[in-house]
Order: sequence, then structure tokens, then C-alpha cells
Amino acid sequence: MEEERHTEAKIGAETGRGSSPRGPGCSLRHFACEQNLLSRPDGSASFLQGDTSVLAGVYGPAEVKVSKEIFNKATLEVILRPKIGLPGVAEKSRERLIRNTCEAVVLGTLHPRTSITVVLQVVSDAGSGAQLLACCLNAACMALVDAGVPMRALFCGVTCALDSDGTLVLDPTSKREKEARAVLTFALDNVERKLLMSSTKGLFSDAELQQCLAAAQAASQHVFRFYRESLQRRYSKS
Amino acid sequence: MAAGFKTVEPLEYYRRFLKENCRPDGRELGEFRTTTVNIGSISTADGSALVKLGNTTVICGVKAEFAAPPTDAPDKGYVVPNVDLPPLCSSRFRSGPPGEEAQVASQFIADVIENSQIIQKEDLCISPGKLAWVLYCDLICLDYDGNILDACTFALLAALKNVQLPEVTINGETALAEVNLKKKSYLNIRTHPVATSFAVFDDTLLIVDPTGEEEHLATGTLTIVMDEEGKLCCLHKPGGSGLTGAKLQDCMSRAVTRHKEVKKLMDEVIKSIKPK
Repeated sequence: MEEERHTEAKIGAETGRGSSPRGPGCSLRHFACEQNLLSRPDGSASFLQGDTSVLAGVYGPAEVKVSKEIFNKATLEVILRPKIGLPGVAEKSRERLIRNTCEAVVLGTLHPRTSITVVLQVVSDAGSGAQLLACCLNAACMALVDAGVPMRALFCGVTCALDSDGTLVLDPTSKREKEARAVLTFALDNVERKLLMSSTKGLFSDAELQQCLAAAQAASQHVFRFYRESLQRRYSKS
Repeated sequence: MAAGFKTVEPLEYYRRFLKENCRPDGRELGEFRTTTVNIGSISTADGSALVKLGNTTVICGVKAEFAAPPTDAPDKGYVVPNVDLPPLCSSRFRSGPPGEEAQVASQFIADVIENSQIIQKEDLCISPGKLAWVLYCDLICLDYDGNILDACTFALLAALKNVQLPEVTINGETALAEVNLKKKSYLNIRTHPVATSFAVFDDTLLIVDPTGEEEHLATGTLTIVMDEEGKLCCLHKPGGSGLTGAKLQDCMSRAVTRHKEVKKLMDEVIKSIKPK
């Protein structure tokens, strides 16, 4: 029986956003992660970011239905359950985004004709769509690591919002997200900080996109450092 | 002999062409397939358009109906898109409830409408709190050969430009709506979002307007929706291989050129319609 490892990281405070028109507020809110808290899935993780929290469980590599099996790689499946109500079209769209991101990093060719299922349950959600997607991505990555699924890189989700005057805000609160002109969510890998997935809402220009991408790449460093620290802490004591 | 090689090693077959900077159907890496658009073909719909991108065919029909406006926004109407991928268009789709591909496409079109503000929802309101228009936009794919998102966006735009709504007045005494079918007006289309899709091959090469086979072999896809001022309504990259900022920049410039091509085609078609 492995002990639970609870790790917290306080990176930056929520106050003090950059108020100058071109200054990025490079502070992320408090986030926490807990691994191996469920007994049945092969890997599980709970990721808390600000006031959004997602619980992820990974089953795999496991048996796959003949209709779904792929002869040379693993079949990845993502199930996202919202906090209230039945899953709808928006959940299906997010499942597709998360699944394709995981497929890009998971080494499926090592486990052909098997299935790897990632189940995400939204535990608390402050009504923010983009923040939820980033939290789901982080939880999915931590759960895949906990399950021991071979991956070529880790990935993380970062959200940024653009105000009507062009101010860039990383990791916005849900109130800020609603008032923003555009909200962009990116998934970045930790090897070369390349863009794996992007989902945007609202209108923005090309230059603003490059700016947001650069800020997200800088912020992803914090998240990857947190992943590394939390795993170090977990394995150093056992 | 080439057909045998293509069946056995489809990826290698494609790589041979990509090395010469072209594709099996003769296109260059940045070239779109022939785009055809036909407006107003469905007489029973309030607006319609048929778009063909090579072999991919999508038809869009818009029907306008009455509805009560939402309580939290009493001066707004509704635009309800729905993308249907029937078993007719490709053997991979079965009949029954919409599959994942159709749901993702529907969500994408809904996001494009929402983000680009193509129609101001306030324009659809007839009487605040009581009556508003709801536009049901049904996009049906008739032939699936890749790049469904570009075709759907174009078909939606063309159909909305073709929609004519009759004038509605609320009778003060009876409080009922009176529809004057003889007096129709076009919708106020504020922006023209145009989608450009790319497929990523082997983590490095980007090709524009992938066909069905190319999408299957690709390691990732990217769709950029741009309006006429160069503003992006949507950057849809559902996972797949990573891209650097520089590659994104190249995609943006291609999207800008594509927008000009599509706008020109649209203007020609609109002009050619004889006024009723």
C-alpha cells in the first residue's frame, strides 16, 4: 500500500496583476496535487487550481473491445463528467481535446491492442470553462504518471485572458474570465515547450497570440517544476 | 504497382510525394482544392448554401422560427447550429445518435458564431422579453473527404448571407405577431469568419486542406478561423504533434491569403444572385 503524498505549492499570490498595458502578470494561483488516492484505478490524481478541482483516474493498459482495438498502438479513451447534469456536446468536445493531447505524448506503440482510459470527474468548478480545461489536463497528466503509463513528455495546461485594453492575465479568476475579451487555453509539453493543444474563445490578433503563447511557455515552467517536486517528494520517502 | 504500394505502406507513399513538395492529387503543400459554392438552392429554407471543397460537400439550411427570448437576456435571439454527419457521407459513420466527430464539429461551429459575433443577437429580437427569432442552422455533410470544418464554416457564412427574414409587427390590440411575407430583409452580417485547416505530418510538415486520407495519416491538425481585419476568432488545435511559434506564424499568413480568396468568391456569388 503506498502512502498518499500530499504536496502543495504556492507560486505567486493572486493579487498584484500587472496593470501596465503590455506587462504580463506572471503569477499563477495556488495549486495542489494529490496522487494515488483511489484504490481501484491503476493511477489517480486530484489537481486543485485556484477554486477549480478535478479528480482523474487512469485504467490501463487494459483489455480493449475488438471493435475499438488498433493493431499497432493503444486505444486512448477520455471520459469527462461535469459536476452537475449529464455530459453534453461541450464535454465531448473537451474529451476530444484532452484525448488528442494525451495521444501525442503517450507511447501507445509500446502497448498495442490495449486500452488506456482516463476518467475525469469535476469536483468543484467556479463556472469557468477555460480554467476547467487546464485543470483537467494537469490532473490527467499526473494520473497518467501515477499509473506508470510510458510517455515521451509531460504536458500541462495554462490559461490566459486578454482584457479589452490588451492586458494579459495568466490563470484568471472566473470573474476576470467572464469580463475578458478573449480567453486562450494552451497545452504545452515539457521537452521543448511546443504547443500541443489550443482552445480559444473570443477575438484576438496574431501579435496577441504570440504574446500569450510566450507568457504561457514561461508559466508552464512553474507547473513542470511543481510536477517534479511533487514526484520527488513522493518517491524519496518510500 | 503504385496502387499496391499505397495500400501496403500509405505513409511511405505519402512521404515520397511530400519530399518533392507536392501531394498525390497534384496540389502543392499550400494549395486548396477547388472551392465551389451554390446559394439559395433549397427553396423551403429561409437561407441555404452548398459548398464543395474538392470532394467534400456540405449543405447548410437555415430556418427561422419564433421563440421567447431567454430570461437572462430578454433582448437577444438564438442561433442554433447543428452539424450532421450521416452514414451517407462516409462508411465510418453509423446511423443513430450523433457520434463524437459530429458533436465536436457542432461545438466548433457554435464557438465560431459566438466568438466572431457574425450576427448580433440583438438584431434577432422582435419584441424584448416576448418574441425573438431563432435561426436553426443545419449543416449536413453529403460527402466526407477531409477538412469538414472549413467547408462547414464557409457553408454557414454563405447561408446566413442568403437568409431573408420577413418583417414582423406586434399588433397592439391583440398582442399577436403579424408576419408580412412580402417585405423581407437580409440579415446584418457583421464579420466574415473564414476557416483554414492544416494537417501536421511527421511533427514537422504542414499541409493545407487535408483530404480524408491525409487526415488519417496526419499526426495532428490545426484550424484557424480569421475575420477580415486579421483577428482570430478561433485557434483550434485538438492535440497532436507540437508546433512552435514560428510555424504558427506561417499558418497565420496562409490563413490571411485564404480569407481573401474566399471573400472574393463569396462576393462574386452574392452579386450573381438575381434579386427576387
